[in-house]
Formats: sequence, structure tokens, C-alpha cells
Amino acid sequence: MAPECLERLRSIFPGERLLLDPADRLSCSFDASFGEYVPEAVVQPKSKEEIAGVMRLANEFLFPVCPRGAATSLSGGPLPVKGGLVLDLSQMRARLEIDRENMLAIVSPGIITGDLHREADAAGLFYPPDPSSSAVSTIGGNLLENAGGPRGLKYGTTKEYVIGLEAVAPTGEIFRTGGRTVKNVTGYDLTRLIVGSEGTLAVVTEAIVRLLPRPRDRRTLLASFPRFIESGRAITRILASGILPAAMEMMDNACIRAVEAYEPCGLPADAEAVVIIEVDGHPRAVEDEIEQCARCCREAGARDVRVASGEIERDRIWRSRRMISPAIARMGPTKISEDATVPRSRIPGMMERLVGIREKHRLNLVVFGHAGDGNLHPNIITDKRNKEEMRRAEDAVGEIFQAALELGGTLSGEHGIGIMKSAYMEKEVGEAGLAMMRRIKDAWDPNNILNPGKIFPEPGRIKVNLTE
Amino acid sequence: MNRQPEYGSSATAPESAVEPLFGEAHESANRCIRCGYCLPECPTYRSMGREAQSPRGRINLVRAAAEGRIDISGDMASPLDLCLGCRACEAACPVGVPYGRILEAARTASASAAPATGDQKRRRRAERIVLRHLFPHPRRLRLAGNLLWLAQTTGMKSLALRFSPQGIVPPALMALGGAPPPIDSPRRRPAPGAVYPARGKRRARVAFLQGCVMDALLHRINALSIELLREAGCEVIIPRDQVCCGALHAHQGDPSGAAALARRNIAAFNAAGADFFVNNAGGCGAMLRETAHLFEDDPRILPQARAFQEKWRDLAEVLVEFGPLPVRKEFPGVVTYQDSCHLRYVQKAAEAPRILLRMIAGERFREMDAACDCCASGGIYNLLHFRESMSILDQKMKNVAKSGANVVVTSNPGCHVQMALGINRAGMKNKTNARHLAEVLAECVLDRDGGSSES
Repeated sequence: MAPECLERLRSIFPGERLLLDPADRLSCSFDASFGEYVPEAVVQPKSKEEIAGVMRLANEFLFPVCPRGAATSLSGGPLPVKGGLVLDLSQMRARLEIDRENMLAIVSPGIITGDLHREADAAGLFYPPDPSSSAVSTIGGNLLENAGGPRGLKYGTTKEYVIGLEAVAPTGEIFRTGGRTVKNVTGYDLTRLIVGSEGTLAVVTEAIVRLLPRPRDRRTLLASFPRFIESGRAITRILASGILPAAMEMMDNACIRAVEAYEPCGLPADAEAVVIIEVDGHPRAVEDEIEQCARCCREAGARDVRVASGEIERDRIWRSRRMISPAIARMGPTKISEDATVPRSRIPGMMERLVGIREKHRLNLVVFGHAGDGNLHPNIITDKRNKEEMRRAEDAVGEIFQAALELGGTLSGEHGIGIMKSAYMEKEVGEAGLAMMRRIKDAWDPNNILNPGKIFPEPGRIKVNLTE
Repeated sequence: MNRQPEYGSSATAPESAVEPLFGEAHESANRCIRCGYCLPECPTYRSMGREAQSPRGRINLVRAAAEGRIDISGDMASPLDLCLGCRACEAACPVGVPYGRILEAARTASASAAPATGDQKRRRRAERIVLRHLFPHPRRLRLAGNLLWLAQTTGMKSLALRFSPQGIVPPALMALGGAPPPIDSPRRRPAPGAVYPARGKRRARVAFLQGCVMDALLHRINALSIELLREAGCEVIIPRDQVCCGALHAHQGDPSGAAALARRNIAAFNAAGADFFVNNAGGCGAMLRETAHLFEDDPRILPQARAFQEKWRDLAEVLVEFGPLPVRKEFPGVVTYQDSCHLRYVQKAAEAPRILLRMIAGERFREMDAACDCCASGGIYNLLHFRESMSILDQKMKNVAKSGANVVVTSNPGCHVQMALGINRAGMKNKTNARHLAEVLAECVLDRDGGSSES
């Protein structure tokens, strides 16, 4: 970065909020995915004006600007792959305001999603999106990546809740989208365009999110199935019976065995699938619905159905789900976590393809995920120091994407494209579709300043690269 | 602009410390999946708001230093120096990264590398004085405590402060001077080799650790702890030739110093013929319960070290296990509890002190918000990093004030001193004081002695 440019940055961020030390720059070089890209500088803005100043400077001196929340991304969202400046928004958290009357919250981008959950709950309200990282991740990151979570089936993902934004354009203008009303059809829906844009179209400086009344009760069950196909049948039956559970989580046999080996939770080691189902709502409704869910499971061939009788048992059931991550991490230091998603009816077909891929590439591949919405998480456990196995993993990842697309699904249900899946974009959205997206990016960000290298494939790159 | 910009000018060729650091820490650091679940648990990340001051950031810096990609004494050491070592991150880690081990390896590496800045040099000197010339020498410690108390009572405090570099050393000890524990006459100090019979039926024989700071500055608490143990049916022996647990040495990058002390303690305690070994300082207990890792390469002593570490218990755990203690009167006033990080996160004994406090104070035991967050005493962290420590402490004192407590109870001398300091700084001295768990229990359980204490 030119000395004059640094001088100007310093005038925007006097004191300690411009970080140039190698330790600070190295610490903003990674996220929860792959690769390490060291930025030239890091700034910690506190106001939209400072961000606007950064964007104007970036257009003048032509350096990349990469927004970063808590860096829990699994697709490389915040990585400064082209160097430049990291815009660390984790400290921009002045505002977390619950508007009980209008059932909404106004939040600064650095607010931790879990804190929003807590504040909403204290007001008798409910912010449904619940990515598993919500105790750590920021709402700004959740928004730009359009984060999901187990509740996606019933409640949808982040985009369903964002109704207004304050943002800074890549060219430095400060603007607002949407507002405080649930209904709003004034002009283009820029709110939805920015949500899920992976930080390539604007920097969000404040968001207005919709809240729901908190469900009064919930009931949970765990069902194990001797055959995988039966678990799929149970899920279809439940949904066909008119019940929309708050969560339907499944794990495959490899996953079950990993959990039991790590910390016995009483899962049957010979079951091909275990499904956790939770219903929420009015106490009388959930009572009836959980019984019906249990009946559907039994009729579909479940061997064992456990309905939690209280919070302690409910917690025990969810514990087995929470143990998946640590359990599979014990099997190897590198975890490639995918989120290819298929239409619900194609889950058994997808499972079959995944088993084929596991055998073909001789990889340790376990599957769990949000079965209700077809969002599976095939995880490959490997060791990034083993280059040969990593190359097999790359091939396997490509085939997983291919399978999802062939079954009518998508590359990513909730993690985002980032740098991990950009090589496959055209396969899903087509040449014209990708060109339309690129036109939007070019119009908003003519100098390609904001988070370059994401979403759009790099020329010549045809598959995921995990070994560089 | 380059795709992979150069690191700073401080990047150097691999130093001699790189190789051992790689051996000690790289495999462990490599286990981090960078999920970031440790971030909200880290007191320094919360107060400083920088990734480099988070466990995930620090683990990554150690990994980079072990690979020779960044400089150990400059780039890696500063953020690692600022870690409190509370190990709350370990409890939050979904994949079990042994952060404590990584930290010790990093501190050892940076201690053997040349200091990069003047600031580091000054800290290193202060550290050396404290670790080599103060803590292992009970008499000097006692003298230091008395001198500080004298300085406080004769109004020399401002003078002392003015002469200390950046106010680094005295303020924390000064606070102790501001609320001095009554220094008992030496004949009341528990004597090495003494055996105290159990009251009533003997249910266990325990060997008691006097500790260095506890013995020098807070030895009355030791005496009360012994009385409480007797009350719970324990015969208490004070093994001769016991020494400091070595926790500060291990944490500040001197594992051989820690191992030398551990050898002496293993011999002293294993010879005592006790069912359990008991201590009343969370930090010491954590160190003692992890003794074996100091001797992983020494098969001759490893089995003894393992047997030794298995026997350690915190005072509160033993009092709960062999209790209930006879409560003669309810504790007057509102009590809150500040967790000792190492008692909670390493010894996993967060409940026992609370059970005892509920027993004596009932409803008037009130949890403060974030009681489990580190108070930033951190061994001698508050001496070496005064400003950073105080910013965390002042936040903690707001929670203390909100709880409405008259007494903040602790289970570790470092936390005890820090709470006393916090109370002073917050101007709460006339309504709140800091006390060790043993003191408040003694007041309600023992007939004599404990009841009249003021501190």
C-alpha cells in the first residue's frame, strides 16, 4: 500500500483502529474454511462515515476491501484473496434495539447473532435463523452470507427476516433500503439483493430484522431406522400429514458410530439413520403433533422412537446432534464441510450418490444435515498435509456438487459460494445467469473493489482447490 | 497489489527456538479448525476486540511461528504475553485443542528467544525477579508483603508508585496493602510436619499444601482451611519439604523450573501416606492436577507423577464430599462468588464452592453476571500487564456492584488480591470486601478464630 494511501487511512482511523502489525494482519488471513491470505492492513470501523471514507480511498488507490465479521465462514467469504484491506466489522456493535411494538430489531453489523436471540427472547420474541455458529457469528456476516440453520425448514433463512438496511456502496455512497414495515414494494428489492451477496455489493452498517412471537412450547423426538430409505419415508409422511416441524435433523451410520465412539449418547450403532424431530407452537398443538410424528416414524419402519418428556431429555437428544462436530473432528485434523442441497424427495437418491463417492475415492465421508429441507452436510475427514488424499477429496467435492445439480438441487444451501464453489457456478446458473449477476456486480462496483475473487469463477479454474 | 503480500519486516530466518516450538506445539495447534467458538469465551478478545488477542488468533500465530513464518519474540510473543491463561477457551473448544499446552510451549519458546522490544525486556526482568527470586523463597515473599503493608500504613504508597516503571509492579500488591490480611504471629502458622487430628470420626487422611503466596501473605486462610478439614472428619498432615507448586513458572515459560519444584513436591506428598492431597488455591490445584505432562519424556518419574496428580482435590471438593459441615450460624449479608478459572476450567470444580456458599448463606448467595469470566489476575498478569488487566477488572466490578454483594468470595489467592484491588478501584470499600471461601465458611462453622476475622 502506497505511503500516501496509508497516511490517508491513518487520518480516517487515528489511534489504534488501523492495524499493521504482522500478528494482526496474519490474524485476519483466515476463516473456518481453507487457505490463508494475509491482508496489507486491517481497520476496525465504528461508523458508516469511516467506511464510506475507506471505499472512496479504495477507488482512488485501487485496493481490495474485504468485510469481515467473526470469520466463521465455511466458504471463504471474508478471505482477502487479492490482498488489500480487511474491514473488521466485529467491533461495530453500538446498536441492538428491540422494537417490541413493531416486532422488529435494529442491529449494528458486529452484534453477535446469539445476543440478538437472547434480547429478542427477553422481550418474548424470537429471531429464528440459527446457524450452528450463532454464539460466535455476527449478524452482519449472517446477513451477507444469508445464513440458515436447522430451523430453515419451518422458518426459512436469514433473508426472510431482513426488511431494511443501511449500507455503504462500493463507491462510497451511504444509502438505505426497505424500512420498518413488513410490506414494502417500493422499487427494486435491494434488501434481498444485498442479503446473501457475500460482501460483494455493499457493506451493511445497520439492519432492521423482523421478529416473531416466541413459540410457547416445543417437543422433541429421536427415531432410529434400520434402513436409510425408511427415514426418508418417515420425513415425507410427516410433512404430508400437514405438520411442519421446527427442525428435522438426520445423521447417517458413519456419523452415529463416530458420535458413539466419542461420547456414548445411546444411539444404536447398527441403525442406518437417526432422525431428530422438533415441533414448536401452542402447547396443545405440539402435544398432538409430536405424537403424530412418532406414529409416522413407526409406520415408516423406525425401530425405536424416543419422545423427550422434559427439558433434560430434550437436551440429551440434542446433545447427540451437537456431538457430531467434535466427534468427527477426532477422526482427522481437516474437515471439509459441504452443504449441497437437493429437493427433499431426492434425499435418498443423494445418499446413494454420496455412498458411491465415498467408496470410489476411498474417503472418510460422513453425512448429517437438515433432512426436512434437503440440506445435507456431507463431511470429508482428512488431513490437509496428505496432498494425495486432498486431491481425491477435491475430486469427491466436485462429484458431490455434480450429483446435487443432477438431482435438481443447488451447490450451497447455506454456506455460500465464496472461493470454495465458484468454479461450479456456471454449471448451476448457466452462462446467461452468471452474466446477469456479473452485470450487477460491474454496475455497483466498477473497479471491483469490494471482496473481489468471490462468487465469480476465476478464469481457468474448473474445480475446487484445497491443496494450494 | 500482490496476491500474497509480504509479512512485516520483522519476519526473520528460523531461530533456534523454532524447532522445539514445532515439536511441542505444532501438532496441537494444527488441530484447531478455526470455527471461532472460543472467541466469546476469551476475556482478552472481549476487552481488546482483536483476533490476535483471541485463542483462535493466538493458536494460529503459534502455528505460523512454529513453521518459521513469523518471528517468535516479536510477532508471536506480544499477543501470547497478553493471554491470561484462564483456559476458558479449552472448555468451549469443540475439538479439544489443548490450548494450555500450546501456550506453555509458546511462552517457553519466547523466553528462550531474545526480547524484541524495550517493553518486553522490562517485563522479562520483572518476571525473573518475581519467579526466580521471590516466589520460591517464602521468607522473601513474607517480607515483601510486610513491607508493602508498612508502605501503605505509613503513607509511602504514592512514593513507591512514582518509582515503579509505568506503575507496573506495585499497584496490585498495593491493593493488598490497602486491605491487608491480618498478619498473624509466626507461631500460629501451620508448621511443616504437623499432624492435626480429625474432629469426631476420622473419615480420611489428607495432606495439605501450604503454597507460597498463601503461606506468606494469607496463611491465616491456611489455618482456617485446616480447621474446616478437621471439622469435616479429615486428619490433616502438613508434609515437610513441600514447595511452591510451580504454576507461575510453567505459565511464564520456565518448564524446567516447574519440573524441579514438582519433583520435590512429588517426593514430599507421596511419602505422606494420605488418601487425598488438598489445596485451597485454584491455580495451584490446576497445576498439580496436570503434573504428569511435565514428565512425559521421563519414564522413571512418570508413574509417580500420575499417582501424585490423581490425588489432588480442592478444599471445597473435599468439604462437600466429606461434609456436611456443621453450620452453627447463617452467614450475615449477601455473598457472591468469583470463579477461579483454573478451578472451573481445569479442575472442573465450579459447583463445590457454590454448594458450600448456598449452605451458609441460602438465598443470600447471589450469582453475579458472568461470574465465570476471568477477573484478569492471571497469576502475575496484573503485575506485568496492569492496564489490560484493569480494563477487564473494572468491567467485572460493575457485575459485582449489580449483585449487591457485601462479600465477594474467591478460591484462589490471585483472584482474592485482584478482587480486593477491584473493590478499592470501584470505591466500594466501605460496603464490600473480598474473602476466601475458607474465611466465610469458618465464620459459620468454627467455634473460635474464624468468627472474629476481618479482611
